[in-house]
Amino acid sequence: MYKREATRRSLLQAAASGLLLAGGSGVTRLARAGLLAGTIDSQVLDTLPGKAPLLKHSFRPPNYESPVEYLSDAITPNDRFFVRWHLANIPQVDAASWRLKVGGDALLQPFELTLEQLRQEFDPVEVVAVCQCAGNRRGLCEPHVAGVQWGDGSVGNARWKGVRLKDILTRAGLKAEAIEVAFNGADSPVVEQTPDFVKSLPVWKALDDNTLIAYEMNGSALPHWNGFPARLIVPGWVGTYWVKQVISINAQTQPLKSFWMNTAYRVPKGKYPAVDRFLSQESETSTPITDIDVLSLMTNLSEGQRFRTGAPRVIHGIAWDAGYGIRHVEVSLDEGGSWQSATLGADLGRFSFRPWQFTFTPRSKGELTVIARAMNAQGIVQTESWIANPAGYRNNVVQKVRIHIV
Amino acid sequence: MSTLATLFASASLVVAAAVAAADEGGNHLKDGPEAATVRSACSVCHSTDYIEMNSPFLKRAGWEAEVGKMIKVMGATIPEADVPRIVDYLTRNYGVE
Repeated sequence: MYKREATRRSLLQAAASGLLLAGGSGVTRLARAGLLAGTIDSQVLDTLPGKAPLLKHSFRPPNYESPVEYLSDAITPNDRFFVRWHLANIPQVDAASWRLKVGGDALLQPFELTLEQLRQEFDPVEVVAVCQCAGNRRGLCEPHVAGVQWGDGSVGNARWKGVRLKDILTRAGLKAEAIEVAFNGADSPVVEQTPDFVKSLPVWKALDDNTLIAYEMNGSALPHWNGFPARLIVPGWVGTYWVKQVISINAQTQPLKSFWMNTAYRVPKGKYPAVDRFLSQESETSTPITDIDVLSLMTNLSEGQRFRTGAPRVIHGIAWDAGYGIRHVEVSLDEGGSWQSATLGADLGRFSFRPWQFTFTPRSKGELTVIARAMNAQGIVQTESWIANPAGYRNNVVQKVRIHIV
Repeated sequence: MSTLATLFASASLVVAAAVAAADEGGNHLKDGPEAATVRSACSVCHSTDYIEMNSPFLKRAGWEAEVGKMIKVMGATIPEADVPRIVDYLTRNYGVE
C-alpha cells in the first residue's frame, strides 16, 4: 500500500489542474445538494499514484469519484477517470507474467493467453463507451441507503481498445449448453472468508460484438487503478460487470454462485421499464442490475453559483444511456413549467457520452433553478423522483441546480 | 486569478479537504470509549472513513444490520461481546435515533 495523504500538494495540484477555477473567480460553491453531512465532511481531494486529484470516498479499498468538472469533455482522460474497488488487496500486475486463463465446463479447449498474444492473435476492436458504477448518485438517494455515497462522478467515458470476448470464446470452442461466462480479477479480499469479486454475464451478452477484453484506454495502457493490464468492457451495462485486472474467463453450463451475483448488485423485479434480462440469475423477486439508465449532467454549473443579468451564459453538459442513443436534452428555467431544447454535440457512438450545450441570458435578479433532462431513442426520460430500491441503484433523477442571478 | 488563499477559502470542497487532511489514513473516528474497539474491528478490511461517509442517517437497526453483514457475509471476525458496544458507538456518533 502506498502512503496516504490528502495533502497540501494534492490541493495545489487540484488548483493547478483547473479544478478550482470557479473558486478562483470568486464564486461561492456549495456541495452537491442532497449529499449527507458525513459524506461531505469525509470526502477529500486526494491523488492516487498516476491519477489527477479525485474526490476520495474511501481510502481502502480505494473509491474515488471524478469531480463533475472533469466530465466536461466527451472523453474522460485516464488520469481523471473514477476509481472503484470492492476488495483491498489490489496487486501491481506485471505485464510480462500476467496470464488470462480461458476455461470452464462449457468450453471444449481451455487455453491461456499472454498479453502479447491477446494483442497479436486477435483482431483489435475499438469502442467508445461509458463506464458507470451501479451506485452512481447513491449519495443523492432519498431515503438514503448505506454504501459508497457516490455523487454524480462515478462515471466516465473512454475509447477502449481490445479484442472481442466472442473471438476468445470461439477459439476455445463454446458448447451449446453454455449459459453464463464468469470473470475473476487479480484483486482479492483481506480475509479469506470475504467473498472474492467474481462476476458473470449471460452468454448472449458475452457474445455481443461490443463486449471486449480491453488492453488500452484512450490510446494508452489501462491505468493500474482502472484495471491494468486488461479488463472487461460491457458497453451499455453498469460497471459491476467491467471486471478489472481480469485473469480468468470461465464459460459455464450453470449459473455462477457468487455473493456479488446472487445477493449484491440486484434490483427488485418489475419496477423498471425495458431492461436487458439476465434470466439465469433472476429470482422470484429480484434480478441483477444490467443496463445504464438515461441520464444527463450539467458539468459547468455549481450549486449557489452567481451570474450577472444581461450576459449570455452557456451551460455545458453530457447525456448518455445504455446504448440506444440520446434523442434530446431539454432545459427548464421555470421549475419544469416549460422546456427548451439543448444543442447536441458530436456523436462518438451510441454507448458514448453525448455532449450538449444550452445558452441563456439571465434577465431578472434572484434565485433560479436550472433543470436538465435527457430522453433516449426509446423515448424514455429521466425520472422526477428516485424509484427506491434496497441498494441505492438506478438513480437517474433529473438534475436541478440552484443559482443566483445578481 | 486571485491569490491562492482566496481560492482555498472560496471553495467549500477544498475547505473540507484541508480539515480532513489531518485525519491520517482516513481512519479518524470520533472520540469515545469504544473508538479503539471499532477501529480494530473494522480497519482490518477497510478504512474507517466508510463510517463517517455513511452518516448520519442510519438508526440503531441500520448500524446493527451493517455490522451483522460484515460478520455474516464478509467474514469479519469480531468477538461477540464487542458487537453491542460497536453498534452503540456507531449509533451514538454516526447515527440517528
